[in-house]
Amino acid sequence: MSIATDTQIEFINISKSYDGKTMVLPNLNMSVRRGEFLTLLGPSGSGKTTCLMMLAGFETPTSGEIRVNGESVHNLPPQKRDMGMVFQNYALFPHMTVGQNLSFPLEVRGTAPDERARRVQRALEIVRLEDYGDRRPGQLSGGQQQRVAIARALVFEPGVVLMDEPLGALDRRLREQLQLEIRSIQRELGVTMVYVTHDQQEAMTLSDRIAVFNHGEIQQVAAPETLYEEPAREFVARFVGDNNLLRGTVRSVDGEVCKVQVGEGLVEAFMVEPLEVGDQTVLAIRPERVVLSPSMEYSNTVTASVDDMVFQGDHWRVSVTTFNQPEFVVKIPNFIGQGGILPGDRVRVGWTVIDCRALPDESR
Amino acid sequence: MALSLTDKRLRAALLAAPLVVFVAVTFLAPLALMLVRSVYEPAVADSIPATLNALAEWDGRELPDEEAFRIAGMEFVALNAERRLGSVATRVNRLQSGMRSTMLGTARALGNDPPAGSWRDAMIAADEDWAEVSTWLAIGRAGERITPRHYLNALDLDRGAVGEIVAQPEDRRIYVSLLVRTFGISAAITLISLMLAYPVAWLLAHAPPSRAGVLLLLVLVPFWTSLLVRTTSWIVLLQNQGVINDLLVVIGILAEEQRLAMIYNMTGTIIAMVHVLLPFMILPLYSIMRTIPPRHMQAAASLGASFWQSFRRVYWPQSLPGVAAGSLLVFIMSIGFYITPALVGGRTGQLISSMIAYHMEQSLNWGLAAALGAILLLLVVLLYLIYNRLVGIDRMRLG
Repeated sequence: MSIATDTQIEFINISKSYDGKTMVLPNLNMSVRRGEFLTLLGPSGSGKTTCLMMLAGFETPTSGEIRVNGESVHNLPPQKRDMGMVFQNYALFPHMTVGQNLSFPLEVRGTAPDERARRVQRALEIVRLEDYGDRRPGQLSGGQQQRVAIARALVFEPGVVLMDEPLGALDRRLREQLQLEIRSIQRELGVTMVYVTHDQQEAMTLSDRIAVFNHGEIQQVAAPETLYEEPAREFVARFVGDNNLLRGTVRSVDGEVCKVQVGEGLVEAFMVEPLEVGDQTVLAIRPERVVLSPSMEYSNTVTASVDDMVFQGDHWRVSVTTFNQPEFVVKIPNFIGQGGILPGDRVRVGWTVIDCRALPDESR
Repeated sequence: MALSLTDKRLRAALLAAPLVVFVAVTFLAPLALMLVRSVYEPAVADSIPATLNALAEWDGRELPDEEAFRIAGMEFVALNAERRLGSVATRVNRLQSGMRSTMLGTARALGNDPPAGSWRDAMIAADEDWAEVSTWLAIGRAGERITPRHYLNALDLDRGAVGEIVAQPEDRRIYVSLLVRTFGISAAITLISLMLAYPVAWLLAHAPPSRAGVLLLLVLVPFWTSLLVRTTSWIVLLQNQGVINDLLVVIGILAEEQRLAMIYNMTGTIIAMVHVLLPFMILPLYSIMRTIPPRHMQAAASLGASFWQSFRRVYWPQSLPGVAAGSLLVFIMSIGFYITPALVGGRTGQLISSMIAYHMEQSLNWGLAAALGAILLLLVVLLYLIYNRLVGIDRMRLG
């Protein structure tokens, strides 16, 4: 079997069940390219962590095969897989100093002492903790501990680095800072990283590609901007970023554009996959792509009544009722200002065809 | 309602008071009395003050003079008439065997027939021992109120003619070797318990909660069962005609005449005590192991360590506080253990505690019992200090 040269990891028809009855992962196919940052994104229980644990060797697939560099790793125990792992709660060894923690993977590999010292020092430099080699993990802050854990997963130069919600226990500010650090470390070292998170913002920041998981199935694998701009499934549209979702029935089809009846009105939408007249569909419209008092070139314009307005710093969040449905959200950039609108006002809102994506209805 | 600091302290003191009083009365006071008793023995001194006074002048080389004989003889006769000589004679007898009958016999003879002439001649006539210098030395020493003799005795030592410290004759040395054996058996019990308990505690700590509960119950049920019941069950199992021997004979592993002697010896003591003390090892280990995240072993594996490397470098060091706590607990408990060795120990499986009990209950030599107890206490404290130095007691957690 030939392998594309840039494919490093493949999940082939993987299924996993813990109790023999419920399938956590029914049938998973996925590949990871060499040197890429792939994030497995999904809500808890979606199977993303199971996927990572199988790759690390802590769980065994019920069926199917995982290949690394074209070779099945089925019979390889975790310690032979050459994968550095970073856990949510750091899993640093509390009885060893930071330096000893970093030295551990090199010692068990029989690396020579001077080479060991050099690599430990280098790894500490990468995470900017040069002076902390003699501290114990307990003496470090959460952010520092996680940097040590990252350094420990890098120090033996593994083929892949796996991260299981590594920033979950940190506060937001620190999380954002570490995201940027992890990103730049990965870009600098060019190491393949597989990262698990439930935080879509984090996934956006870090990833070359994101695999969105739900109920053990991959919904879509794409680069962050593609995922955001061109969600292929209703779940992705809902999970990644904010979206206004309108349910309706296709009334006419013209090329890639269809007309959809939503309540009493007709909306023009771009079809993500071919739909036929009579099909149920979900329209996804980004709040920031909706404008107030639209000009003539907006093909969709409707009347709405303003329910509420909240100032959010960089934008105003205006929620309106339209098509007899409340909670249709419009985001107005703050440089435009609220434009003299008050709750209770009737306004016109509009959006273009290309910003209105008709997705298959998955609600039934 | 805000309490001031003093009020809070007062309240804390009041809440603790009943326990403090209880401990003081039932534990500290007896302990202090025991320590006092090991060096202070006024009974003889109070009973024969005149004799001791007369002997105080004596140089201890030749026999005392006629005056001393007369005072001693009269005092013995008087005490005997009050039936108080027996307890004095018993105490002197501990320093020199045969003295009890010598003193009582002489007092009886002199009481029936008071000497008209020399008391010295009359006493020597009644018992030749009175012509020995050592007899009088023994009486003099028995009269010391504050005495190191119980400690010397407990360490298989004695005092020579001029008070120098000498070893006991070989056939009377028992306590030091018994003490050594007690420490040896206790160390063996601790080690065996540790080896048996460690895997069980591991299982308990890392089993899924539902199964861990059942397993923990299996550990605790024996813990809640009476010590006597457990010890006697071992007799049923291990004795010559017991379950295990019968089974081995029936299966054909042993011939009828090869039945193993597993009880009423050191083996019996070790087996039964390991069983009795096992929970004290398992529980501290379990409570420590539960705090070691299972993720650590996974992390070590992902870093390339084999199971044994992970265990040795990552798990074992983190479980050491539990190992330390369990071992110290089991070791200290075994050193003072009494009931189990007494029941299943036979001759070779006895520990120092049985000797202390013997002197408390049989020979009524409480001073010696107290000295043995004090030495044991001292050794345990010493051990604790060394151990603290090596392991660090602050790292040790019981649960």
